[in-house]
Formats: sequence, structure tokens, C-alpha cells
Amino acid sequence: MADGKLFGTDYIPADLVAKVTGRAKYAEDFRADGMLFTKLLLSPMPHARVRSIDDREALAMEGVMGIITADDLPETDNLVGSDRALTMEPMYQGEPILAVAAVDEETAAAAIEKIKVDYEPLPFVIDPLDSLRPGGPNARVGGNTIVDRKEVVEIKWTAQDFEEAGDSMPMGEAEVEWEVGDVAKGLEEAHLVLDETLYHQSQTHHPLETRSCMAYWQNDKLTIHVSTQSTQRTAGAVARGVGIDPTQVVVIAEYCGGGFGSKIGGTVNMPIAALLSKKTGRPVMHRVSREEENAYGRARPGFQGRVKLGFRADGRITAIDLYLIQDNGGYGRSGDFTSASRCASLNYTPLNMRFRGISILTNTPTRAAQRAPGGVQITAMLEPVIDMAAKKLGLDQIEIRKINAPDNDTTYGSNEHHVTSAYVREALDKAAEVSNWAELKAQSGQTNGSKVTGIGIALSSYVAGSRGFDGLMVIRPDGKLYVHQGIGNLGTHSVFGTARVASDHLGVSWENTEVVWGNTSRHLPHSAVQAGSQTTHAHTRANLAAAIDMEKKLKEVAARTLGGSADSYVVAGERVYRRGNRGSGLSFAQAAEKAIELGGTFDGHEAPEDINDWTKGAVAGLAGQGLVGVAKDNYGGEGDLWSFVVGVAKVEVDRETGAVEIQHYTAVADTGAVMNPRGLAAQIHGGGVQGFGLARSQKWVYDPKWGVPFTQRLYTAKPPSILDVPLDMRAGTVDLPDPQNPVGAKGIGEAPFGAGVAAVLCAIQDAIGEFDLKRSPMTTDLILNQLEGVPQPITVLATDV
Amino acid sequence: MAVIRDTMAEFDLFQPASIDDALALKRRYGKTSWALAGGLDSLDWFKDRIKRPEVVIDLSAVESMRGIRETDDADGVEIGAMTTLTEVAEHAGILSRFGLLADAASKVATPQIRNQGTIGGNVTQDTRCWYYRGGWPCYRAGGNICYADTPTAINREHALFESNRCVAVNPSDTAPALVALDAKFVIMGGGGEKVVDAEDYFITPAKDITRMTILEPGELLTSIRIPGTWAGARFYFEKVRDRQAWDFPLVNIASAMKVSGNTIEDIRLVVNAVGPRPLRLTDVERQLKGQSVTEEVGQAAGELALLGARPLQHNAYKIPLMRNLVKRAIRGTGARA
Repeated sequence: MADGKLFGTDYIPADLVAKVTGRAKYAEDFRADGMLFTKLLLSPMPHARVRSIDDREALAMEGVMGIITADDLPETDNLVGSDRALTMEPMYQGEPILAVAAVDEETAAAAIEKIKVDYEPLPFVIDPLDSLRPGGPNARVGGNTIVDRKEVVEIKWTAQDFEEAGDSMPMGEAEVEWEVGDVAKGLEEAHLVLDETLYHQSQTHHPLETRSCMAYWQNDKLTIHVSTQSTQRTAGAVARGVGIDPTQVVVIAEYCGGGFGSKIGGTVNMPIAALLSKKTGRPVMHRVSREEENAYGRARPGFQGRVKLGFRADGRITAIDLYLIQDNGGYGRSGDFTSASRCASLNYTPLNMRFRGISILTNTPTRAAQRAPGGVQITAMLEPVIDMAAKKLGLDQIEIRKINAPDNDTTYGSNEHHVTSAYVREALDKAAEVSNWAELKAQSGQTNGSKVTGIGIALSSYVAGSRGFDGLMVIRPDGKLYVHQGIGNLGTHSVFGTARVASDHLGVSWENTEVVWGNTSRHLPHSAVQAGSQTTHAHTRANLAAAIDMEKKLKEVAARTLGGSADSYVVAGERVYRRGNRGSGLSFAQAAEKAIELGGTFDGHEAPEDINDWTKGAVAGLAGQGLVGVAKDNYGGEGDLWSFVVGVAKVEVDRETGAVEIQHYTAVADTGAVMNPRGLAAQIHGGGVQGFGLARSQKWVYDPKWGVPFTQRLYTAKPPSILDVPLDMRAGTVDLPDPQNPVGAKGIGEAPFGAGVAAVLCAIQDAIGEFDLKRSPMTTDLILNQLEGVPQPITVLATDV
Repeated sequence: MAVIRDTMAEFDLFQPASIDDALALKRRYGKTSWALAGGLDSLDWFKDRIKRPEVVIDLSAVESMRGIRETDDADGVEIGAMTTLTEVAEHAGILSRFGLLADAASKVATPQIRNQGTIGGNVTQDTRCWYYRGGWPCYRAGGNICYADTPTAINREHALFESNRCVAVNPSDTAPALVALDAKFVIMGGGGEKVVDAEDYFITPAKDITRMTILEPGELLTSIRIPGTWAGARFYFEKVRDRQAWDFPLVNIASAMKVSGNTIEDIRLVVNAVGPRPLRLTDVERQLKGQSVTEEVGQAAGELALLGARPLQHNAYKIPLMRNLVKRAIRGTGARA
């Protein structure tokens, strides 16, 4: 909305002061009278069956109030597909077996140590390729992959598959396969063909706030404080986990200290506090430790991959033949590998493409979406290969990306879908301008003593919106506009930013706009999950729709009160009045009072038919409290929403130590019309920094013989620190509105991550030459080994080292 | 007994105000007690319930163990063991005379950790071998296997030198600087005060596989004295790590060199995180005396330093890294300009 006063401008979000002063209350900060604490007993083995549990000694301890096991969880019909809060057959080291409630954590922990669990160890596997070998171990009793989210089956490749591959990745029977065009022909016609074996590690999410919960019951109503990305959409997940109806649940989650996809609809452990509270009759707090966070806190699946890329002499990609083996963990079925294939198709618009993939179960933590699931991995894997091709073809890194870039007419993926908009060439140009690419490029390869400079540019994309959710708002008799938001407060501030669309439409100042969020008892509408970069797109639209409904009702209330037709009224300056006569009208406060008198649809006693049942409940809850604006986003649209980010990095590699200093980073986004410039810069820089970690230092390491992890603590996992971030960080945007959103905005949460990883990897490669191991993170030791000619200690496909 | 981590077990806490009281408590409670300095190492152990002292003697109230004092020895200083790493890194006298130590202290972990962590704790800290820290029943933990030295073990951070059953390394940043400065460690115990050379404070598994230092259960490291011998020498400290904060060294190096003209008159050269104790390169020091400061001399010193190195599966990169760090220490300016 180009003429909006608030949209497109910086503001201070309502929660900022509370956050920086520490007054914001996260799940673990709440206390209740008589509250107990719980501690969990975690599996010491990567795969086992619990034969028996002897908890008599623990239960006899003073202060121990109750124990629950998987037997206390509600029945579920989907045992294969998803993990549950507790299990009798742990699929990874650290999976919870039981929970003890006690008067304090010390007692609960001491009680855990008194419990004897008899385990039957079962075969386990950490590396998907080990499981695919003839006679290789399976992660589950029935096999090594899950079909249709229901059935575990076994797939083994042949000895010949492995022999033929040599040092490259073997490519046996695939589970998923699609082809658009004729890849064989595309490769045949190529001027240059690269055949590369690549690896991207699995990686836990590392939110700063662990997934703690506190729960209590009042009669049959459960109140639960959780760490969740979404709010309204978390209630259903709690209800399912506890075995009650969503209407019996109140979710309170005003803040979320990071989720990155690991807390989309809440967390797997939410039922523990709730069920222990039910069992003991007292509130229960479950503070999740960092080690537990790393166990059941979810992770991004790693890929072992092989790609054949065909290029014309001008850099145009004639064919991509991509095979990905996905490290699936023990549960569910991660969609990362298929998302990766779509990203590859979209980023490079190959003339022909084939994708093959297989998702193999391993005895490692449960996988889930992580900020640009699939997108980060494939961007980090392929972008350095694109640079290799540019070098071999004598092309500029920007030019090779431009010639393959998608635009508004692009179709992509197996279904040849359209996108709503793609201004990638514009983003590449803008990135060149903001980073001063010409000057950077001149520095490539320059040496400064033992140090050498490298530069890299990377294109990253990810989905950026959804449609069809509800907006809900009330003007109360205090004259203020209350925008009810079912989306979460994840730190992206879309919970505030998307409300500003309603303020703009109704001409309400930000001071008189109150955002209602973070508590499902406060009548929240049916909303998108706070994930998939959806909310900026989905809820600018939904709030615009509801604001238009509000405007219409304001005029009708005025017409009924003051006479004339509704059309003869205008809404401006927080009043509704006769066109041309500001004195003849109602203040918003008066209109709210009139709405309550009028009832019906005006004050929420009646709701529109097409809104979601959940929103109908919220409208009913608000009935009689003011003038209610409520509507579904019926704007529709065709094609998929995608945002794009171009990252540019400059690094200096010390050839004597392998140390890398990132000296410059620019990120430029195609994310439609910009809703919140400062927030946007924070998103694209924050995602970039997260990427620096995956490129350089952050690891997920398992002992292959024992199947247990070493990187459960932040100091061993090594996410990036602020000292790993260059002072010279720049951000930009093409700021071209998406034609299908009336507000023009697209989401931006995810695409920045892959740009950060890949730009840094490309820059390191530019400095030291083609990697002898095409994998990430490109740590100091691997770099130094390459520079010094020391044989690398691992193969390119080695997992979890 | 099921295992639970990340939740501290119960202990009795004493907060003595004098060294005598602290030693009396150590005598009274013996091996069941644990002396607590800044807590950065200890609290990890306690939270993981692997080290389970019944009595913790918190030394933070012992005023005589804090602060930095001038000594009778011209240019020397004495640093109380409970002095924080921040104080060490920012102290004017240390910065002007023993910049090597200030440099090393300033590269430990993070500002918050340096505000809490002490110099005594930093040199006395236990190894970070992740098998050992994970509670695996290894040699160092009293068992009879080294999990980090097997064909499949993940040992990128482990030792090149002086391993004896155990391949863990000493991770301290200040320890090699103090050895290079020929510091003296003051230890108080039942028998009164004893002063040892810094390099003799640290031990290998051959001497005692369950400890990193000579400190006996009834003893306390109370202060560190740095003689004036090396004040104002040409110093070099470098720490190579995966990220620039909250990270232990992959390898670090500390050197103190007296140069006349371009000739090395005397040098002390110490590398850490390559073995169970800071590795003083005495052969290299001997070789270097009387030599000129040149790239060739540095290169030869680097090669000599590696004699006897035995890489494990994942840590062969430490060989060129250590060689190059020795070369840079001789060069004295870090990355070649």
C-alpha cells in the first residue's frame, strides 16, 4: 500500500522495551502456587527397546509427586510417522523415556538417578549410506525409510551401485523421481559438464530460548505457557498431544526466543507438563536444558548429494541432474529434499532437469523444518559449483547467475508452477551496486602477506507467503483499534507490522492501535503458522480485508445513526463523517458504542459465513465489546510466492593457519513492497549471520561407533559469535511490490540464510581454489589441509563429523 | 542408575575468607571437597553430575588471593590466583611489561567469561576432551580405555604429543604465556608454601592420568609470580580457533624473545592444545639462540618443533598449523606482511 503512513516505515515494536530490559516473560519465567518441576530420563542408547522400568525407589523419595511414561500419553493412530513426548523404543540417544515430577528440580534429578531401566539394545545407524549398503543396519526394526507417512520399509542398494560410484556418491534406486525436459540430451548438448559429489551436514536449530513449558488445569481447562512460533495454531497441537479438545486449551506465548522452524506449532514435549499436572493436581514446570534442547529440539536433515550440471559456453544451464540422499532421523518424513529440488529448479531455471531422491532413517534426532528447509542445503551445495563453472567458462559470477535467473514468467519444479513475482536480475544488480562489486572483484586473489582475499556472491530463494486466513479487529468504546493477531511473536515483528496495514487503511495512528497477541483466550483469529515466511504476506492481506470490513461497518453505523447513505460517509482522522463535513459524524469511540447498541454483525453477535470456525469462536468471544471488523482473505491469486536474496561476501583467508575473516557482507532482497525497513535489514542480516555459522564453524558431530552426539552444548556446536560478523554489513532491497498482494508484500524469513552460507563458501573457494572436499562447514582444519597438501581425514560424504 | 545431565546435584558450600581457613576446610574434607574459583570449568562438571563433591570451597571471598601486586624483584608482578582474566588483560603493568599474558588472557572465551574466570582457574582447568567431559569411563576418568584414540574416534581437537593412553590436550590460553614468561606458581598446602616453575605445574598422563597439574587434593594455587626477566621482551601470542569468541584453541602459541640487532639472544617458546600440558619447545629454543630472525630460521624452527608429533585420525592439520605458528612467532608479526 504505497500511500500508507505506517507501512514501509520504521517503528519501535511494542515488546521491545520489555525484551531489552528483561521484563518480557518467557515460558520458563512463570510461577504458580504449588508448582512442581519435572525432569526427564533420556535414552542413553541410539536405538533400544525398554524392557522394563523399576521406579519404586524414586517414587518412594520425599518430594517426588509422580512419574509418567509413554503409557500415560493419549492414544494416537500415527505411531510410525511422528515422535511423541515419551517412548518405549527410543530412536536416538537423548529421546525421552519418562518424566518425574517433584517439588524441585534437584529432587526430580536425584529421583531419575534412582530409576532402573532395562534396555534391549537394537541395531542403529548414523550414516544413511551405511544403511543403504547391502546388509547395512536399519534405523528401525522394520526398515530404513517411511512410505506414505505410515509404513516402514527397507531399501538396500546393490554392491554394484557402490562399486560403480568409486569416490563419487552411489546412486541406486530412488524413492522420488521427476524429470522435466530431457536431461540426457541437455547434458549432451552442454559445452561444460560438471559431475560433483557434495555434502551438507545436519544441524540442530539452536534457539536461544529452550522449549520450556509450564502447565496447570482449572477444572477441565488446560492453561499452558509454551515457547512456540505460532499462537493460535499451537492450541490444536497441545490438544492432540494431551488428548483433549482445542477449546479446552489456553496457550500463552507472548514471546519466543527463537524457533527457526523447530517450534512451529509448539513442541513435542508440551504434553509432559500438562499430563504430569493432571496426574499430580498441581502446576508443573518443565525447564528444558541445553542438552535436552539438542536431543528433542529438532534438526535440519543433512544431504549427501550428487549433481551433474551442463552449461552452454555463455553459462546458460542446459541440464541439472540432481540426486539427494536425505538424512531423515528416526521419525517423520522430512520434505527438505524435495524442497531442495524446487529451489534448484527455480534458482537456475535449467532447460532440462531431473531430480532423484531418497530419505533414509537414521538414529539421530527428529528432523523438522529449519529456516529455508532444503533451500539452505541446496544453495550451500550448488552455488560454489556455479562459481567453478563461471571460472572454467571465463564468466563473471553475476553474469552466470543472471543468465539463469528466474523472472515473473518462470515456471519451475516438477509441476512447472508459476511464481507471483521474481525480480532476481534486479536483485543481482542492486547487490552489485550496494556491495560495490566491481571494487570487490578487483580485490579477488590479492594477497596481503600470508592472507589472500576471496569474494563470493550467492543467490538464495524461499517460499514467501500463503493465502486465505482471517483478519479480526475491534474498535472499542475507548476509540482505539484492537487488531487481534493469531500469528506468533517470533521476533520478526510481523505480529506488529501486519497490523499496521489495518491502521493505515482506517487512518488510525499507531498510538491508537493496540495489537492483541500471545494468548489464545484473548480471541484470536484463525491464522497462518508463524513459519514458511508466510505471515507478512498472509496477514497483510487478512488484516486489509478485515479493515475494509471495518470501514464498511463504520459507514453503516454512521448512516444508521446520523442518516443518509453509508456511501456518503468517509473514514479519516479516527472519525467517520459525511463527505465534506467533518463536523457531521462520529468519533470511533461513539461508533463503537453505537455498534454495541446495534448488535448483529456490528458488534460480533453475528459473524460472516466464510470465516474459519476458530475465528467464529473468537468473534463470539468479542461480541458486545465494540465494532468488529472481520473477514477472510479472499483475494485469491495464482502461482507460488517466493522471495529471493542475493548475498555478497568478502573474506580473507590466512594461508598459514586456515583462519578465515569475513570482512564484508551485503544482502539484497526481492521481498515485494517493504513493510518494515529496519526489521527487514535485521532479517536479512540475521539470516546471513546464521549462514556464516553453517559455512564456517557450526557443527553436528556424532561418534560413529557409539551413535552419540558431542555437540549438545553451544561451546561445542559453535554457532557464530558477534566477533565472527564483519563490521561492514550492508542491506538492500529491490522494493518492487508483488503484483498479487494488494499490499505488495512478500515474506522474508527464510531466503537470507542460504545466501549467507553460500556467499561465504563461494568467497573461501575464490580465495583458496576449488575445494578438495565439497562440503560444509569449511572449517579451519579442512582449509589448512587443502592449502598444505595434508590428506583430508574424512571423505566428502562423511556424515556428522 | 539412570544418567541425567545439566542439573546440578546438591553439595555443602563453604565460603572461607582466608587461605588458612580454605586449607583447613580442604584438610577436613579431603578428597570429597572441591576448590571453586570462577566456576567456568567446575560448574559444567557439577551440572553434568560427573564430578560430585560433597563439599565445595568457594574461594571468591579470599581477598588475599585477589589482585595484582608489584614484587621485590625489579619489574616483576604477583597475580593472585583469584584475579579475573579481565583484570589481568587490562592491568597497566602487565600490559606494559608482560603484554604476552594480557594478550593471551584477552583471547579467552568471552568478556562475560573473562569477568568471572580467574587466572588460577584458567591454568588449573581440566581438559575439554568431549569423551571425558561426556562422562565416558575412560582412563582419565579411572577406566581402562581411551575412547578418543580409536580408529573411529572423533579427535580433531586432540593431542600430537606426550599422549600416554590419554590423548586429551590442555586447553588453556594463559598457561603457555606464563610458561614463556618463566612464571612461578605459589602453592599453599599442609607443608606451607611451595613455589614451582610454571612448566613444572603441568603434568602428563605418564605422571598421573587423572590430573592435569601437580596440585594435590590438600593444596591451593594461591598466586602466580612473574619475574622481571622477560619484561618488555619481544612477545608473540596467537590463538587459532573455529570462531572468534567462546572457543578453545585448536592450537595456540606464546613466545618471549630477546633480540639484539636481528639476533635472537634468548627465547622461550610454548605451544598449547597439542598435548596434555603446555609444550615448551626447548630444543627449538636452543637451536634458535644466536640465529638471525629470518623466514628460513623460522621455517627450520617450525620443522624442528614437530619432531615426535603423532597425529590421530582427525588432527593432522595441527602439524602444519603448529609449524606455521612457530614460524610466525619467530617472525613476530603474525600474518606475514
